[in-house]
Amino acid sequence: MAESTLQTDRPEGLDGFVRDWSSDQRTFKRVSWGKAMMWIFLLSDTFVFSIFLIGYMSARMSTKSDWPNTSEVFSLHVGGADLPLLLIAIMTFVLISSSGTMAMAVRCGYARARKATAGLMYLTALLGATFVGMQVFEWTKLIQEGVRPWGNPFGAEQFGASFFMITGFHGTHVSIGVLFLIIIATKIWRGEFDRPGRTWLKSDAGDYEAVEIMGLYWHFVDLVWVFIFAFFYLW
Amino acid sequence: MANIPYRPDEQVPPAEVPDVHPPHPHTWIGRWVFSQDAKYIAIQYSATAIAIGLVALVLSWLVRLQLGFPDVFSFSAEAYYQFITMHGMIMVIYLLTAIFLGGFGNYLIPLMVGARDMVFPFVNMLSYWVYLLAVLVLVASFFVPGGPTGAGWTLYPPQAILSGTPGGQDAGIILMLLSLILFIIGFTMGGLNYVVTVLQARTRGMTLMRMPLTVWGIFTATVMALLAFPALFVACVMMLFDRLLGTSFFMPTLVEMGEQLSYGGGSPIVFQHLFWFFGHPEVYIVALPAFGIVSDLISVHARKNVFGYRMMVWAIVIIGALSFIVWAHHMYVSGMHPYFGFFFATTTLIIAVPTAIKVYNWLLTLWRGDIHLTLPMLFALSFVVTFVNGGLTGLFLGNVVVDVPLSDTMFVVAHFHMVMGVAPLMVIFGAIYHWHPLMTGRMLNEAMGQIHFWVTFIGTYAIFFPMHYVGLVGVPRRYPEIGDPAFITTPVDGLNAFISIAAFIVGAAQILFLFNIAWSARNGRDAGGNPWRAASLEWQTPQTPPRHGNWADDLPVVYRWAYDYSVPGAPEDFIAQDDPWVQQTAPT
Repeated sequence: MAESTLQTDRPEGLDGFVRDWSSDQRTFKRVSWGKAMMWIFLLSDTFVFSIFLIGYMSARMSTKSDWPNTSEVFSLHVGGADLPLLLIAIMTFVLISSSGTMAMAVRCGYARARKATAGLMYLTALLGATFVGMQVFEWTKLIQEGVRPWGNPFGAEQFGASFFMITGFHGTHVSIGVLFLIIIATKIWRGEFDRPGRTWLKSDAGDYEAVEIMGLYWHFVDLVWVFIFAFFYLW
Repeated sequence: MANIPYRPDEQVPPAEVPDVHPPHPHTWIGRWVFSQDAKYIAIQYSATAIAIGLVALVLSWLVRLQLGFPDVFSFSAEAYYQFITMHGMIMVIYLLTAIFLGGFGNYLIPLMVGARDMVFPFVNMLSYWVYLLAVLVLVASFFVPGGPTGAGWTLYPPQAILSGTPGGQDAGIILMLLSLILFIIGFTMGGLNYVVTVLQARTRGMTLMRMPLTVWGIFTATVMALLAFPALFVACVMMLFDRLLGTSFFMPTLVEMGEQLSYGGGSPIVFQHLFWFFGHPEVYIVALPAFGIVSDLISVHARKNVFGYRMMVWAIVIIGALSFIVWAHHMYVSGMHPYFGFFFATTTLIIAVPTAIKVYNWLLTLWRGDIHLTLPMLFALSFVVTFVNGGLTGLFLGNVVVDVPLSDTMFVVAHFHMVMGVAPLMVIFGAIYHWHPLMTGRMLNEAMGQIHFWVTFIGTYAIFFPMHYVGLVGVPRRYPEIGDPAFITTPVDGLNAFISIAAFIVGAAQILFLFNIAWSARNGRDAGGNPWRAASLEWQTPQTPPRHGNWADDLPVVYRWAYDYSVPGAPEDFIAQDDPWVQQTAPT
């Protein structure tokens, strides 16, 4: 959506809220169609991840065998010592850093800094790909140790099932995000966002809002990881 | 209606966003196959839903052949389970949900809120094609070895994926789960469109509280669906893993044919919770659009404003919210703690309050109205009656102690067919009779419509009223043939045969209805622009049927709500929403 006119005398706080909801045309006055759609999609996706995590928690609480000790299972053997959660700590650090570069890309986008925006988005995509790469390493290591969806040597068989399902679903989200980061960054790099006309993923000349919408998705995937980290690895 | 005053002095706010014209297709395929016009997508959705619904209708005939005449038509138990499973799943998901949201939602939302199209037409188009793919995967399960799944429409594990159930160890259950996952993905794409269009793409003057109740019902149902379908999505993914990868999310340790399976430690009850966390909101995902549409039909055809419009809106929203905390009333016999049962019985009965508000308001809308017994009105009235009848048995089943003996009897089958089978279908019929002139420019044939209505209305009662009794005397559901057990003291063979014959006649009437649609599209009486003289915006388009883009060069400006019927002093007995008419002198 292009720039829009707005009454400037909108009251703040609860009065403004009531005014917006009882107004015509748009309920969220400063929100474009695309951004509204992304927010509502993320709300729906929140339910998907919440239910995945609740399903995992109920399985963990009701299973008859003992749950594996996660700090042992997820430890890395580095320099003669087992360091619990080392890989996960690095992965989390990488993903949260990528949220930082994404936020900077959004800021540069609003400043219409074409190359800086595209560059930061490429960097975000690189960090995201690094995260997925480390996840592949983690999966490989666990599979070599005998963890399977239907069983594992450490304890309850729901451990492997939940692990592969939830981290796989999250990793898919990250991968899709990386893909779209690269697509949008490339379009920006080529200057497509500065030319007039609506095309796929872009509304109008100089409108870099797609960067922010991409950012919403990316921060959401990051936030979901924090919950997976807390409930799966730390519990 | 005193609380919705005219505000003639109030200026309509200026346009906040530029008028976006949807891109016009240049190719034949872009116009007629991969159309991005919400109206065309709506018709694609409806046609697909009705086509797959016909399959479900035939399946119900096969079920009734078995139940009514077990000596003559003896299907195998496996085939019977496949019939009831596919009948239920198709009717609930692929017909009712798809036609209300994908069909009526797509057609009516942009027209009723004064938009040119959905906000993202391309995503909207994808939604239909993913839905079609889901339907094709579903249909494919009829042709794979072992046939479709026979797990019951609730797909309860562990039996759903074991070899004793038809399709359990064959491809049937896999295709069912894949089809549901596809349906949810497709629905999400459409649903996001509907919600954003209602929230962010209304025309000037169209406030939320001026929207027709149809839009409110579809909007609330869509929001609910976006929050409830995730539970089904996750349940399907987990069960698919149980079946394909050998995980044990829902599978306890069990012995099959004297052999211990490799499953262990999972909980089938978790699936039931996930399924019904979707399944109960699903009831209202189907019911709320019906509530909204029926309010509009009653108002238009009784020439009277909806009684208590604001209460009607809030009742829709409250029912939508409450329906997320009642799901476990489907699980009273799963061995849940009595206090949980108490909680869920309480919330279930609380839903009766906003629902009763709606029923009273429909009656008060009719009260002293100028009732035209047109076909849409007949169907709307039959909905109110049927919904009340079905709802009353819901009060029985919502209470734990009454539900326990009635659970898994034909009483339950009769209850949910009345309340979420027949009642919403009546609204769909009424809505098609009402909006067919808008979609095609021609009226449906009245004589065929009258036959269709009376056979359907009386016939469904002939089917489902005796079925309550069959259930009360103790006939369990899901049995192809019960023989002559000692616990059933009253023989019901005659009743079962009667129900079956009624079911065949009602089914045949639906064929007449489809013939009427096809016949009237070419030969129907010319409808003109606004045959029902309705005030809401969809009838005020420059052309009937509306062209791509819906409106002429300028978007309509809305000055009033959708229910200005029989206003004293007005030149006609309705005032269109985009009519700036103002009462010049105060009525004495």
